Amino acid sequence: METYLSLAIAILAAPLFPGIILKVKAFFAGKKGPPLLIKYYILAKLLRKGSVYSTSTSFVFQLGPIVSFATALIVLLFFPLAGANPLLSFHGDVIVLFYLLGIGRFFTVVAALDTASPFEGMGAAREVFFSCIAEITVFAVLVVFYRLTGSLSFAEYFSGDNSISLMSDKGALLLLVIVSMFMVLLTENSRVPVDDPATHLELTMIHEVMILDHSGPDLALIELGAFYKLFFYSSFIANLIYPLSSLSGFSSWALFLGLLVLVYAAIGLTESIMARFKMNLVPQFILTSFALVFFASILTMGVFQ
Amino acid sequence: MDNYLLQIHNGQVIPRADIPQVPYDVFYTELSAFVKNEGFIVQYFAYQEENANRLLAVVRNSAGLFVIGTETGRTFKSLTGAVSEKFHMFEREIAEQYGLKPDGHPWLKMVRYHKNYSGEEDVFGNNYSAEIPGNYPYFKVDGQAIHEVAVGPVHAGIIEPGHFRFQCAGEEVLHLEIQLGYQHRGIEKMMPTMPQKRFPIICETIAGDTTIGHNLCLCQAMESLSGKNVDKGAKIVRSIALELERICNHIGDLGALSGDVAFNPPAAYFGRLRGEFLNLLQVLSGNRFGRGLVRPGGVAHVMGDEQRQLIRAKLAETTPEIEHVCDLLFTAHTVLARFEHTGTVKHEMAKDLGLVGYAGRACNIGYDARVSFPTEMYGELPPNSNHVTQGDVLSRATVRREEIMHSLKIINMLLDKPETTAAPVQMEDCALKPDSFVVTINEGWRGEVSHCVLTDSSGKVQRYKIKDPSFHNWTGLAMSLRNQEISDFPLCNKSYNLSYCGFDL
Repeated sequence: METYLSLAIAILAAPLFPGIILKVKAFFAGKKGPPLLIKYYILAKLLRKGSVYSTSTSFVFQLGPIVSFATALIVLLFFPLAGANPLLSFHGDVIVLFYLLGIGRFFTVVAALDTASPFEGMGAAREVFFSCIAEITVFAVLVVFYRLTGSLSFAEYFSGDNSISLMSDKGALLLLVIVSMFMVLLTENSRVPVDDPATHLELTMIHEVMILDHSGPDLALIELGAFYKLFFYSSFIANLIYPLSSLSGFSSWALFLGLLVLVYAAIGLTESIMARFKMNLVPQFILTSFALVFFASILTMGVFQ
Repeated sequence: MDNYLLQIHNGQVIPRADIPQVPYDVFYTELSAFVKNEGFIVQYFAYQEENANRLLAVVRNSAGLFVIGTETGRTFKSLTGAVSEKFHMFEREIAEQYGLKPDGHPWLKMVRYHKNYSGEEDVFGNNYSAEIPGNYPYFKVDGQAIHEVAVGPVHAGIIEPGHFRFQCAGEEVLHLEIQLGYQHRGIEKMMPTMPQKRFPIICETIAGDTTIGHNLCLCQAMESLSGKNVDKGAKIVRSIALELERICNHIGDLGALSGDVAFNPPAAYFGRLRGEFLNLLQVLSGNRFGRGLVRPGGVAHVMGDEQRQLIRAKLAETTPEIEHVCDLLFTAHTVLARFEHTGTVKHEMAKDLGLVGYAGRACNIGYDARVSFPTEMYGELPPNSNHVTQGDVLSRATVRREEIMHSLKIINMLLDKPETTAAPVQMEDCALKPDSFVVTINEGWRGEVSHCVLTDSSGKVQRYKIKDPSFHNWTGLAMSLRNQEISDFPLCNKSYNLSYCGFDL
């Protein structure tokens, strides 16, 4: 029961949190900012519209939004939200899930290429390049986790007595992991300083330019998928900060949501205090996150054994 | 050798008979010698007189302003390839407007895509019944790894239409070609057919963001041609308006630059501050863009004590705010990392192209029409100086910052002058001196704005020539992008923020 409830809350609440980012950014810009529920309004607006398809596109173009949405949703099914047991879990699910996200990206990319627009091709090339590098960090993190817990499943990472968190006896290592996962979050979810979700300049975009040709419900699916993906990464970091499974019901949810707000606010803060990187600096930024995790994994070898 | 070139002054009427008319080969050698020796072109255009095609060039150097004319057949020897790139856009424009072919021009193509005025055969062989301009072969780079990106004329933001064609190897831009003309309205052709009453209204709309700059050029020309005097009070108001226009646009662009690198706070603050200065223009003229203020003979709105107080108070309030926001923008190291070494145009290149305004000053070309050819109150005001002049985005942004602070200072000095204009002036028809020629130059916010008027024997406008600074600087933007990352194009573009409609006319 708890599993279904937490999943339902996550699915319904995911679009709320990007509103927090906008509020934080508006605060720093001295503005009121859009209402917290803005993303729901946008989804409702998009779902009421029809989709427009270019005659030069094929079924691949229409497949993109569905697959990317579905993969993001599936990942949530495997994740222990607020310490509750996930709906599904098996040994090795983490590897499957990160590659499921990869499949989602693959379909977004081929849908973009399907339009034959020079912009979308450029965006696709950038997206693929940068996420390839981010993947190194993600799997280095999994290596660290494997050394810490000997398991390859989200459920085992974040539940039980020796769950991974800052509060555990090996928590110091996780500081490095949290910082680099935050950098991966910024990269994978096209946030500043890697990408600018608010820009209208096609030539500078990475993710946004790939979905320029999608409209109506298709765009709504893409957006919703993006909210779930961001929610997943944020929950990941929230779980790393505190072992939520050690708390019960209400208090674990309260803390979970509090930590999520913190992560989202940190994104908003990052976007307010720094400009975007030059495109050729982005790989260095992502590789920095890898360097941090790599350092952490070296530490697991000597210091704690 | 300088015997052929006649020295003139900004806004001085001279009889057309006084313009030296020389054979084309003399014209060619005179201009090439002049331009090679730190000379720049202010105006170079064709007109028809008694069924003959004439060319007229107004050029400047540190010694002043000079004019020379010639007569030409349907083709003439191009100065662009053999002498200087400064001529390239002017010669293309001459070819397009009058069907005269500059022989040997290295890249002869249309400027704005319209039929020529003279009814001669089209130099480019275009069929103008086809609706879409830009219908011609673009410069192409061949190779397996080369890809071409076409942007515009319809853009994602609310900006003007223009087509940009990039030849890229991966993220690197090898060549950018800019094709404009989508907003060609035929202003130059229209002006001689219009009643005088409409002149200021048309000139205010040449480029909406340079309302004061262009209108000032018109009004100064009309005043010279009709012998009108402008009192000091009106000159003060005009100078203040020109500076307010400069501040509005520079502040708006600094905000946009900040927004383009996704650094939001200054973008928001500058956006608000720009509004304050647009409102000050409204205090001065009743219109946020300064329309309906400058009229031949003076200004249509008298600046009373109340307006003076409003402007003074607002300046005192906003000056520290502008300083703070500029500090926020120019001390953020992530912003500096984006601005530095981006879109660099070297000093020599800028001089070869003849860049003007802040784009030129950012490349260490000190030319400022307010200093070199002062009009209105500028003779009495201190000049500005710039300190960061490497020719990159940072330099262009810093020059703008320095110009904002300079403009704030001189507006305060102008407000302290006690003279008030006697009475508001409304537009009325006036007799223009027949067979005359006048050229007016002002430093609009983008740089040198210049208008040129030739009147016929009955005192009617025969040829009206307009030059927006963008006409020089678009080529600078194209050169900025050489070997840059394509993702830096919007930033480079915004650092110039050139006018599409001012170019398209």
